[in-house]
Amino acid sequence: MNFQLTKEQEFVRKMVREFAETEVEPLAADIDKEHRFPVETVEKMAKYGLMGIPFPTEYGGAGGDNISYAITVEELARVCASTAVIVSAHTSLCCWPIYKYGTEEQKRKYLPDLLSGKKLGAFGLTEPNAGTDASGQQTRAELDGDEWVINGAKCFITNGGFADVFIVMAMTDKSQGNHGISAFIVEKTDPGFSVGKTEDKMGICASSTTELIFQNMRIPKDRLIGGLGKGFKVAMSTLDGGRIGIASQALGIAQGALDVTIEYMKQRKQFGKKLSQFQALTFVVADLATKIEAARLLVYKAAYNETAGLPYGVNAAMAKLFAAETAMEVTTKCVQLHGGYGYTKDYPVERMMRDAKITEIYEGTSEVQRMVIASNVIGK
Amino acid sequence: MFNIIVCAKQVPDTNEIKINPETGSLIRDGVPSILNPDDANALEEALKVKDTDPDNIHVTVVSMGPPQAQDMLFECIAMGADEAVLLSDRAVGGSDTWATSNAITAVIKKLPFDMIFSGRQAIDGDTAQVGPQIAEKLDLPLVTYVQKFEIASDKKSVKVERQLEDGYEVIEAPIPCMLTCTKELNTPRYMNMAGIFNPDKKITVWSAKDVEVDLTTVGLKASPTNVFRSFTPKPKGKGTMLSGDTEKDVAQKLVGSLKKKHVI
Repeated sequence: MNFQLTKEQEFVRKMVREFAETEVEPLAADIDKEHRFPVETVEKMAKYGLMGIPFPTEYGGAGGDNISYAITVEELARVCASTAVIVSAHTSLCCWPIYKYGTEEQKRKYLPDLLSGKKLGAFGLTEPNAGTDASGQQTRAELDGDEWVINGAKCFITNGGFADVFIVMAMTDKSQGNHGISAFIVEKTDPGFSVGKTEDKMGICASSTTELIFQNMRIPKDRLIGGLGKGFKVAMSTLDGGRIGIASQALGIAQGALDVTIEYMKQRKQFGKKLSQFQALTFVVADLATKIEAARLLVYKAAYNETAGLPYGVNAAMAKLFAAETAMEVTTKCVQLHGGYGYTKDYPVERMMRDAKITEIYEGTSEVQRMVIASNVIGK
Repeated sequence: MFNIIVCAKQVPDTNEIKINPETGSLIRDGVPSILNPDDANALEEALKVKDTDPDNIHVTVVSMGPPQAQDMLFECIAMGADEAVLLSDRAVGGSDTWATSNAITAVIKKLPFDMIFSGRQAIDGDTAQVGPQIAEKLDLPLVTYVQKFEIASDKKSVKVERQLEDGYEVIEAPIPCMLTCTKELNTPRYMNMAGIFNPDKKITVWSAKDVEVDLTTVGLKASPTNVFRSFTPKPKGKGTMLSGDTEKDVAQKLVGSLKKKHVI
């Protein structure tokens, strides 16, 4: 048992914190207000290797581990949750399934550009009638000679408007239920592909969340990934890892909110005393700090298991459930600790509270996490 | 191969440091150690030269300090340096600037080099002496306070701006030479992930024996200067706040008091 970060992981935190505080934080309030996807930040993150951390160098990755990746998302989310989810969706939901399930040709074709950040990735599973119940896929793929013809639409796709490469689930044999779903690699230039409406969201406003529309979209036969009828497995295992990314995002939001709140409490005076001198308020901070640390241990444990090749699905579900609910509680209480100022856009906790909510919903709602955990600890 | 040496020092982050008012000594407990800021500018300039021809330019960072200084050298390599050498030996502990430059010079003499970059000064000592002393001991042309740098395409000379209090000088120097760098020279890059995870990070630790330095010229005993006393300067008073009904009143009061002091 060893709770010490490695030298590399410590330097990842140092590097990303400096980067986030210098390059990301100054933009956070503006891009939230303008609902603007920070293209320039993505370019900078690509330059410093943040878009391919937990992948081997032979495919253009940084050769890092999953705790380093979790720390990266956490540190970005500490100042801007939108920027953090760009990295998380790209890494966990697009690069990972290609790395895990792609053929050698698919890996050689897609990973170098994705891992260097030259191209951005996204993942298309959710449909209007297939959210938590992912098996209700209506998007269909049919083989026509050497091409797949795909028809349908996806919604709530993170990075949708700016991604170049997508992992898309479609039904190839409806009679087979979940075993009739297959996964495909789709490029934004494929004929018949288009991006639909952009969602106007409560939080993570600088993240691009869109519909994807496939109208007689034709893609080569070799874009099938993971095997025919294996799409549900590809999607579920991808989400297991994705949950570590979202749990890290939630952790970062919570830590960021608490950090700015402690600063505020050391300045703000009422009744002739600083807020940080009121014991009732310091006890709130103590409880929040404790929950954040507990969330961090769950997140790093799940990430550790993934890198160590141990089972991590249930750890990831626990980490995401606890970190997301912690983020919501911490940010709500941080707004309270700020009083009226916390309810204004002049202070970042207002944005952080809106951003925290999504972590209880996407990549598996808290209810789904409880289903995963319960079936694991009780049995089916 | 064109070889660049960068001299760097691990220093306590002076933004975080406090002084014990009774003893006058630095309270180093819990203070993070960092790459000296001016040395980060020196490294950045060397890396910019390397960027122009990565395969044929080699950047080596040289430092002296306790074994923990390897952390700072790890950071330099994660930023893009090819390798680092640390001279770490009790025999060189407590060296003043003269003794330090003797030791560093001995290290540099063991390495191939065409140019040497160092920071202008370290934030813990603020002497700005070690760089120039190294140049003197290696008999190299030296330009201090460099704020702008250009290297000739044939890599035979450099053209730099040397910062002065109220302007700058433009100076050309032949290669090999030594430059001390100011923060105005550039903005240091961040570490990058590939550098952090590079499994071949080459940090070599040398003892005094490895560099064949004359032990009577290094360390505390060989140092001609000693810190006699350190103290915290008393903070200045609050100053006088001028007030008045209109801006004109305030301005008149200001002019009056400046006249009284014969400033104007």
